[in-house]
Amino acid sequence: MDMASRNSEIKLQKGEMPGTAGQADQAQIRQVKIFMENFSVFYNNMPVLKDITMEIFSGERLAIIGPANSGKTTLLRSLNRLNDLHADFSHTGRIFLDGQDIYQAQMEVASLRRRVGMVYAVPIPLPRSVYDNVAYGPRMAGVRSRTRLDELVESSLRSAFVWEEIKDRLEESALNLSGGQQQRMCLARVLALEPEVLILDEPCSGLDPISTAKIEEALDDLKRKYSVVLVTNNTKQAARASDRTGFLLMGDLIEVGPTSKVFTNPSDRRTADYITGHFG
Amino acid sequence: MRISPSVSQRVVVAGLWSLAILTIGVLLFIIGYILARGLPNVTWEFLADSPRRMGKEGGVFPMIVSTFMVAGLAVALAAPIGVMTAVYLTEYTREGKLTALIRFGADCLAGIPSIIFGLFGFVFFVIALGMGLSVISGALTLALMVLPTIIRTTEEAIKAVPKTYREVSYGLGGTRWQTVRHVVLRSAIPGICTGIVLAIGRSVSETAAVMLTAGSSLQLPQSLLDSSRTMSLHFYILSREGISMPAAFATASILIIAVLAINVAAYWLMSRFVARVA
Repeated sequence: MDMASRNSEIKLQKGEMPGTAGQADQAQIRQVKIFMENFSVFYNNMPVLKDITMEIFSGERLAIIGPANSGKTTLLRSLNRLNDLHADFSHTGRIFLDGQDIYQAQMEVASLRRRVGMVYAVPIPLPRSVYDNVAYGPRMAGVRSRTRLDELVESSLRSAFVWEEIKDRLEESALNLSGGQQQRMCLARVLALEPEVLILDEPCSGLDPISTAKIEEALDDLKRKYSVVLVTNNTKQAARASDRTGFLLMGDLIEVGPTSKVFTNPSDRRTADYITGHFG
Repeated sequence: MRISPSVSQRVVVAGLWSLAILTIGVLLFIIGYILARGLPNVTWEFLADSPRRMGKEGGVFPMIVSTFMVAGLAVALAAPIGVMTAVYLTEYTREGKLTALIRFGADCLAGIPSIIFGLFGFVFFVIALGMGLSVISGALTLALMVLPTIIRTTEEAIKAVPKTYREVSYGLGGTRWQTVRHVVLRSAIPGICTGIVLAIGRSVSETAAVMLTAGSSLQLPQSLLDSSRTMSLHFYILSREGISMPAAFATASILIIAVLAINVAAYWLMSRFVARVA
């Protein structure tokens, strides 16, 4: 274990995060991958995320649920600093990745985004071939060797459960793929970065049940290698495809805990109301 | 009295049709008229020969060369500057007073009559910088003149690239320049080419500005500092001074064909590029 992650673990053991710390049912101490500390986000000085304190462990699948406009997407985009692209974005608090503050000036944003890879709600293929789409990230990182790129493209498409379907269409325009194939290609495009954390923003919102099942299958496979943070509007998907679940409501993190507990015995009434469909 | 929807539909379609036909008809008439009067006089000798007796006899070879030198140099200078300015305005600054001012300036420049550019070029390049009536003075003046067109068309082309493409590139660890180069410019190339084709067209056909800056020598320019006469200026002088109307129409025919050829070639290149990319 490196120094940085040890630091964040010590923080955790000191119990600086009341109510959100790792649950007792975990025998070994889990390694904290990301730690959000009193993190708030403002757009035009309007609060969108309020004082979020939460950790994300290595190798877990964390689902974030909540009604529309609760700040789910903003939370995800804070983790790879994609919010920085907005002119009226500002924040307070800190986010640590392996103990390193990602909003510090010396943080290199491009390499942060390679470590924390993001899949968007709708598939956004770039207008070029499937191969060039998947190889985009590695190429930007300076990978030139064709054999290395070939390897990365194949293994990423395999991990995204789409290789068999499109292996003969790599030189075709990505725009010709079906929606489900496009979204799995977009997942592969992120996997080709060999990220440490995978963040997914409602990745199945526009997909048919079969494509959704394939993506969930891929995520289940991937959690051994990555931490996965999944934002979803579909509470059933959260229940199926996550180890822990967090509930966001109007920018507040109401609760976060093991998925089985959040769904069967939530500690907050508002969580129960949302899950049972009383609002949202 | 009410007009039934199907009647109004037919009236509108007929009206739009006749207007479209009228527009194209006028265009075809002008081109047809000039080609009909000019083409019979366009011979290999006319294309390859130097003018004699002020252009009454001989050909227009030096003018063809001058046109390509002046217009080519102008666009070669203006295109990179204009494209990079547009990239700066759209990708590297936030919208503010300064960008609004630059944009307003570009729009004003685009609306200034070319003779004013000619006057400026004459005072600044020809006299103040001592470049004389020369290819380089003409090219620099034309570059200034077409710069706003290139900036504005490139800007529009860049703005039309979906924001989500940029987010994908940044999200995959692309830096700003990598994103601009591999995603933004790549997707905007057809629009940028349109701007450059427009700029070439304006440069090739410009008369007033080059008359005051590039001069009207009948000699083949040997260097960038030599005076030269472009085809459109040659046409103007031939007809204005009543030297030779057949030679004037022949020159105009070559000019029209050249501009059409440049357009066709540019669009062909563009469509091939787009087909390869998408």
